[in-house]
Amino acid sequence: MTVPLLSLQGLTKAYPGVVANDSVSFDIGEGEVHALLGENGAGKSTLVKMIYGLVKPDSGQMLLRGAPFAPAEPRAARADGIAMVFQHFSLFDALNVAENIALGMENPPEMRDLAARIREVSETYGLPLDPFRTVGDLSAGERQRVEIIRCLLQDPKLLIMDEPTSVLTPQEVEILFKTLQKLRAEGTSILYISHKLEEIRTLCDHATILRLGKNVGECTPSETSARDMAEMMVGSSLQTPQRKTREFGEVAMAITGLSVPAPSAFGTSLKNVHLTVRKGEILGIGGVAGNGQDELLGVLSGEVLTAADAVKLHGQPIGRHGPTARRALGVLAAPEERLGHAAAPDMSLTENAMLTGSVREGLEKNGFLDWGKTKDFAERIIKAFDVRTPGPGNAARSLSGGNLQKFVIGREVLQNPDVLVVNQPTWGVDAAAAAAIRQSLLDLAAKGAAVICISQDLDELMEISDSFAALNEGRLSAPREAAGLTVEEIGLMMGGAHGMEVAHV
Amino acid sequence: MIRLEKRPQPSRAWSLATPLVAVLATMVFGGLLFAALGKPPVEAIRTIFWEPLFGEFSFYYRPQLLVKGAPLVLIAIGLSLGFRAGIWNIGAEGQYIMGAICGAGAGLAFYPLEAFYIFPIMVIAGALGGWAWAMIPAILKTRFGTNEILVSLMLVYVAEQFLASVSLGLLKNPEGFGFPGSRNLQAYDSAHNAELIAGTGMHWGVVAALIAVIFAYVLLNRHMTGYHIRLTGEAPRAAKFAGVNPARLVLFCLGMSGALAGLAGMFEVSGPSGQISIDFNVGYGFTAIIVAFLGRLHPVGILLAGGLMALTYIGGDIAQSNLQLPAAAIQVFQGMLLFFLLAFDLLTNFRIAIGKPEVA
Repeated sequence: MTVPLLSLQGLTKAYPGVVANDSVSFDIGEGEVHALLGENGAGKSTLVKMIYGLVKPDSGQMLLRGAPFAPAEPRAARADGIAMVFQHFSLFDALNVAENIALGMENPPEMRDLAARIREVSETYGLPLDPFRTVGDLSAGERQRVEIIRCLLQDPKLLIMDEPTSVLTPQEVEILFKTLQKLRAEGTSILYISHKLEEIRTLCDHATILRLGKNVGECTPSETSARDMAEMMVGSSLQTPQRKTREFGEVAMAITGLSVPAPSAFGTSLKNVHLTVRKGEILGIGGVAGNGQDELLGVLSGEVLTAADAVKLHGQPIGRHGPTARRALGVLAAPEERLGHAAAPDMSLTENAMLTGSVREGLEKNGFLDWGKTKDFAERIIKAFDVRTPGPGNAARSLSGGNLQKFVIGREVLQNPDVLVVNQPTWGVDAAAAAAIRQSLLDLAAKGAAVICISQDLDELMEISDSFAALNEGRLSAPREAAGLTVEEIGLMMGGAHGMEVAHV
Repeated sequence: MIRLEKRPQPSRAWSLATPLVAVLATMVFGGLLFAALGKPPVEAIRTIFWEPLFGEFSFYYRPQLLVKGAPLVLIAIGLSLGFRAGIWNIGAEGQYIMGAICGAGAGLAFYPLEAFYIFPIMVIAGALGGWAWAMIPAILKTRFGTNEILVSLMLVYVAEQFLASVSLGLLKNPEGFGFPGSRNLQAYDSAHNAELIAGTGMHWGVVAALIAVIFAYVLLNRHMTGYHIRLTGEAPRAAKFAGVNPARLVLFCLGMSGALAGLAGMFEVSGPSGQISIDFNVGYGFTAIIVAFLGRLHPVGILLAGGLMALTYIGGDIAQSNLQLPAAAIQVFQGMLLFFLLAFDLLTNFRIAIGKPEVA
């Protein structure tokens, strides 16, 4: 057997209160695309941080082509041919592509030479990119290209990619995969982190599955069904949300011809948005992050006021109603950002239950607050949505992301909304809890509520929505019936590849 | 390696212990400072903290504690509401001056009429004066997005000029032999904020301060407005999501702190001070900022902090005269108190961990 490129042997890393990696071992072969699968919190990030020299393992060792490998810092890892594309880009909006790439280099060459090299690499790998464009003007897919090219300039032996497709449209994903396949053909190994199983099945040669910090199995993705991999990730059989056929009632909420300027320099303006959602219907709104999702939620929740007629509830204009007045009318919302928007981090869960519950749960009388009743409400949420916390007196920030998300969604669902707007309802939530949240949205719709689900997770939208529309640069596509939509059609609704050409490799 | 780790939950124990630890640290380092100045440190600390309460002349100093503490608490309570919401009124001194001028002006307008309604009118005029002065930064902020810190602070100097102007003109005592300053309100029964019980220092301002403490406590813990104030301070976006109107909150917080500062000025001018004069203000409005933070922006804490601050003032005066400590040393001492408080405050949300650092 040949020596693997990178061999991990018994890597262990513990943080106070949690073992992030417990004696993880696996090999990455030369020229192999190796998938690292696992739920949020399974220890994927810690593991790659150890490989990239950001975190030191407590025990265990790594061998790079048979030689001991223990990078003290990312610079050392890079020197040994390890490169990493992070999930969150670290680029400066105001600088151009070449300047951004030069910033990450030890000894940046002359700008002209660098630009030439960027062009060369980008052409070789089918990643067209103009080195002199300002990063602020690039789409998410193009920004990712900057990061990838930054890595490729180092001529890496191992390229680590952390959830690279979460910000891409299906067409952009296709381009990325062509690039990765070309890299593999040239002998570069790729460690590909994702929880999107279908992607892994098309792309990866081998997969290692982590659960609670342990290596729980390996498989060849092309020969394993997505369901089997999911069950290995979760460790139990998955409950798929049950959807019953429902009759839709009259239009509950409607937006007509709404345009809203961007609230800040980095926001997105909404342009001529039309939208209707009927009683009992779930409207899924897809789109890549940063295309107006936050702004749309603000318009629906009442945080952003518009012309009165632009937003209507049961035919009544509510565009000038603030969040409190809308809650009284039955319009509830759960924003994407849990800490700081949907919940106040340092306040207790009881106090956070008051945040949106005061009107509909009768927690306030003449301005005075009924904390006893609020605590009961918080306890009801904790119980109904299985929020893991010692009690409602704990601060919101002490909860894990997934648990807080359950609390935030539960808080709105339990108030029996007529219209519920959620943005990224299962972001960062483990599969079992995500299924529970989706089920609760389906149940709510079955009871006759109108649900608008904004999400970047297309699988989620296909699972629960009755009709589907996509946001692209602040424009909302015409909604279509969700059943029968193909991935290509969805991708085109999301704006295709944002003007990027498909790579000709 | 020593490093700080964020606590998952704010520590309740540290939150309560911080002021005590800060006072102790101030005693230690203040003592060192006094020793460096060639003064007996233990004696100096004892003079500052012990003499006013239990010393030989405490019968004189104890009422002074109330007289000095009341305006500090009254102003600090108002400031704390805004500070909780991230609205920084630094100009309480100016609002205090304007409250005093309006209160005294309202009273003197009736002179020499004696009537029961004069004092209540002065109270309202004082509160309105401070409120109106605070509305200037409030409206400028909500309308044009100006920085309330700068505007409120600069208005202090405007108020000081205005004070000098009325002392020399509008409110000047016609029978004052040309000296600047108004008539003495202590000599005008209907307008005099006299001691409620003779010899205790207990005047209406002390009562108002206690009411303000209770009011603020109920507001913050049991009322929607108080909840919105806290929410805005901790998570402005969440507050907006909860339905808070930020502009209304700015008007409320600045108005409230202005009104309370104005009240403090009015009670001062009609009582302990007696008259409007060029040097009427002595910095209560600025010291109240320290009091508000020393009390951790909590009403009960502010009550205690106001007492402590008054104590260091009076004790500092005694130390100056008995031990010839320079006034600047007393100010450094008071500054240390705030510094240590803020420094130890860190431990509420962080813990010190000794060991190897983790990267990322």
